[in-house]
Amino acid sequence: MTVTGQTAVAESRPDFVELASRPVLKRKRPGQLIAMVVVGLFALMGAYIVVTNPGFGWPTVAKYLFDMRILNGLLTTIELTVIAMILGFVIGLVVAVMRMSENGLLRGVAGAYIWFFRGTPLLVQMLFWGFAAVLFPTIGIGIPGGPMLVEWNTNDVLPLFVAGILGLGLNEGAYMAEIVRAGLMGVPAGQSEASHAMGFSRMETLRHVVIPQAMKIILPPVGNETISMLKTTSLVIVIGVGDLLYNAQQIYARNLEQIPLLIVASLWYILLTTLLSLVQARIEKQYSRGNMLQVRKA
Amino acid sequence: MSEVQFLNVHKDFSGVEVLKGINFTVQAGQVACLIGPSGSGKSTLLRCVNHLETTSSGTILVGGRMIGYEVHGDRLIEAHQKDINKRRSRIGMVFQSFNLFGHMTALENVMMGPVKLLKVPKAQAEAEARELLAKVGLAERTGHYPAQLSGGQQQRVAIARALSMKPDLMLFDEPTSALDPELVGEVLDVMKALARDGMTMIVVTHEMGFAREVADVVAFMDGGVIVEAGDPREIISNPRHERTQAFLSKVL
Ligand SMILES: Nc1ncnc2c1ncn2[C@@H]1O[C@H](COP(=O)(O)OP(=O)(O)O)[C@@H](O)[C@H]1O
Ligand SMILES: [Mg+2]
Repeated sequence: MTVTGQTAVAESRPDFVELASRPVLKRKRPGQLIAMVVVGLFALMGAYIVVTNPGFGWPTVAKYLFDMRILNGLLTTIELTVIAMILGFVIGLVVAVMRMSENGLLRGVAGAYIWFFRGTPLLVQMLFWGFAAVLFPTIGIGIPGGPMLVEWNTNDVLPLFVAGILGLGLNEGAYMAEIVRAGLMGVPAGQSEASHAMGFSRMETLRHVVIPQAMKIILPPVGNETISMLKTTSLVIVIGVGDLLYNAQQIYARNLEQIPLLIVASLWYILLTTLLSLVQARIEKQYSRGNMLQVRKA
Repeated sequence: MSEVQFLNVHKDFSGVEVLKGINFTVQAGQVACLIGPSGSGKSTLLRCVNHLETTSSGTILVGGRMIGYEVHGDRLIEAHQKDINKRRSRIGMVFQSFNLFGHMTALENVMMGPVKLLKVPKAQAEAEARELLAKVGLAERTGHYPAQLSGGQQQRVAIARALSMKPDLMLFDEPTSALDPELVGEVLDVMKALARDGMTMIVVTHEMGFAREVADVVAFMDGGVIVEAGDPREIISNPRHERTQAFLSKVL
């Protein structure tokens, strides 16, 4: 074996073994330093513009950040997010199970649902629900073509908040159905097979065996959907539901301080999405830790 | 215990016939081993017994009664799913890949059938499950999840789970094929004990030692037919058919 140049010299030093057992030095990386300087300069410039440009109106932002109307809107936004996600998840579960049914009709209905709600813009769906009162002035239970047994005025039973929930939830259901289906299909077929062999029905098998194991696969994307939903709820402004963005708009419609109020709304949105991201990261960590634990013990 | 009769069983997968008229009887309390090359239809035949697969024609009687079908006029008609589930609950099945429920501990796996299907009170089901797990040598592992158990341990839990439903018949589809060689013995030992207790068993296996020692009857399958069947010592030591000889020379 031939050892060349410096290596040979270095390794033949008498104190080499002692030297090699000391902590290794970190090599300087000039490229990183340059990048840091450039990014730092841009950040400073950005901050300077944001702080000094009076158009951002920081005093106005501070004044409205905790305004009652903003806080009420925030509450509505949170309510819309939670209820629409629950509705979306329930619909998603039902549609996903229908989609995997042996019954062709159920499969067809589920396919059509997903096709329709994913195929049209959410904004259009939202407007539809807002104008449902125009399309169907009254809704009720009756014999088709015959007399109505019970009847309600649509404007009474379908307040704008409910229309907003329907718009968001029905649409979410279509996306959730695909997430749930991926989760159900991610459970090995042998699990259902063993359950069927024991005498469990298809529904019992889903409930006791497949869904509990699919949840691991389903939960992380549901976290993403929730974060996305929090921002998507702002679409309810087109039908006049008083959420965070709508109430901010109402305020700047009077005082014409558009930019500061949009900043107020954005600050709240980003705070909530940050919180949700933290929750999601925790949930995911818990799962990966569970897996590590299992592997280690195995 | 239940006798199993295969009566002229045919099965095709979209036109390709994989069972071509199986006639075979396993007496109550007997152990039958199905041997044969991969793709010969052993698993399919086993899965027809508890109606995990439908048959194309012919039928299978377990304890003298059909599973999956009933007589309707002068034809057979598919039975109600409820009846099928009920019959299945008295037939234990053990798979090559164990298929323990991954989100449940060993104990929960064994308790689940009795609690959810037979409505046995939880405390009683738990006591019985612990007893079964002790019987397969896993008294110390009741709280472990499948991922924390070795293959041999998982398969023994799977056998305990099947036994929890108090079956009249046990079906095994290559129960030791996925195991490291040193773990095969512990599973076969549990199966031998089961055979000694008089359980009716149909076992698809490549373990010729087990077949010779435990089986009352061995059937060699190839190409969707039973080529020969009979006394295990006869079949394994003195196969009459060329195909059986060729197969055995490979696995022995
Ligand atoms: N679900 C299925 N669809 C189509 N073909 C299948 C299916 N299951 C098994 N087969 C075919 O049936 C034949 C018998 O398979 P199998 O019963 O699994 O054989 P063995 O268990 O003896 O190896 C094989 O040719 C296999 O490819
Ligand atoms: Mg097989």
